Amino acid sequence: MSLTAKDKDVVKALWAKISKSADAIGAEALSRMLSVYPQTKTYFSHWPDLSPGSASVKAHGKRVMGGVALGVSKIDDLTNGLLDLSEQHAFQLRVDPANFKILSHCILVVIATMFAKEFTPEAHVALDKFLVALSLALAEKYR
Amino acid sequence: MVEWTEQERTTITNIFTNLNYEDVGPKALCRCLIVYPWTQRYFGAFGNLYNAEAIMSNPNIAAHGITVLHGLDRAVKNMDNIKATYAELSVLHSEKLHVDPDNFKLLSDCLTIVIAAKLGKDFTPETQATFQKFLAVVVSALGRQYH
Repeated sequence: MSLTAKDKDVVKALWAKISKSADAIGAEALSRMLSVYPQTKTYFSHWPDLSPGSASVKAHGKRVMGGVALGVSKIDDLTNGLLDLSEQHAFQLRVDPANFKILSHCILVVIATMFAKEFTPEAHVALDKFLVALSLALAEKYR
Repeated sequence: MVEWTEQERTTITNIFTNLNYEDVGPKALCRCLIVYPWTQRYFGAFGNLYNAEAIMSNPNIAAHGITVLHGLDRAVKNMDNIKATYAELSVLHSEKLHVDPDNFKLLSDCLTIVIAAKLGKDFTPETQATFQKFLAVVVSALGRQYH
């Protein structure tokens, strides 16, 4: 299920429309993840405040979407493009890769709420494939 | 048995009371067939599914989307006994339709996204959590009679 040329074009076109809201998307997706999938809170026990509007959540949401933006820019070679991030997740953060799927789903839901018109079925399938490929690249160094 | 708070019951009832089945049903099923194309395997007799446009303008798919969405009504009315309520439909999906139960999760994810698009910011994290919990219980019940 690798990204076709069409998938990449669709992802880049969608990203062009939504990227200026990237910080908001990230914060909202992360908030959702923490409340809809409470087990994910275990990774953030070091934060003083896990509530939706908190500074920690906002800052981290922004960082995560920075990773997504990097993925869009390296869409032709995600594995190599995300090597550093993969090493970080594998050796320092050690996030169980099952959570990549959970956060990806939350990102899709947030985009659906914020960009209902743009998030057509075609955009959805391309972005879903992209997030799967991104997650795979992120898990590359795990074992 | 699944425990529901009063808030959760209200959330689910509100979503379904205000639901436009004729709009959401087709959208959810079409999205599932487009985003997860292997699900088309169950719709060989439904006509042209060749591309997204064909799927979205296929009247058989639209009608079936409405049918499937109404299939959730019995869960809304029997939230305290979803497992037993779906026994018959579970047997149907297993013995007659031969649907891989993993597909139920795919369709429910698409339904979540369609509802999210409709409700926008009203689809709060709490609403999402409740809706996904509700769908997960139905999906589990639908898979129960498989053997």
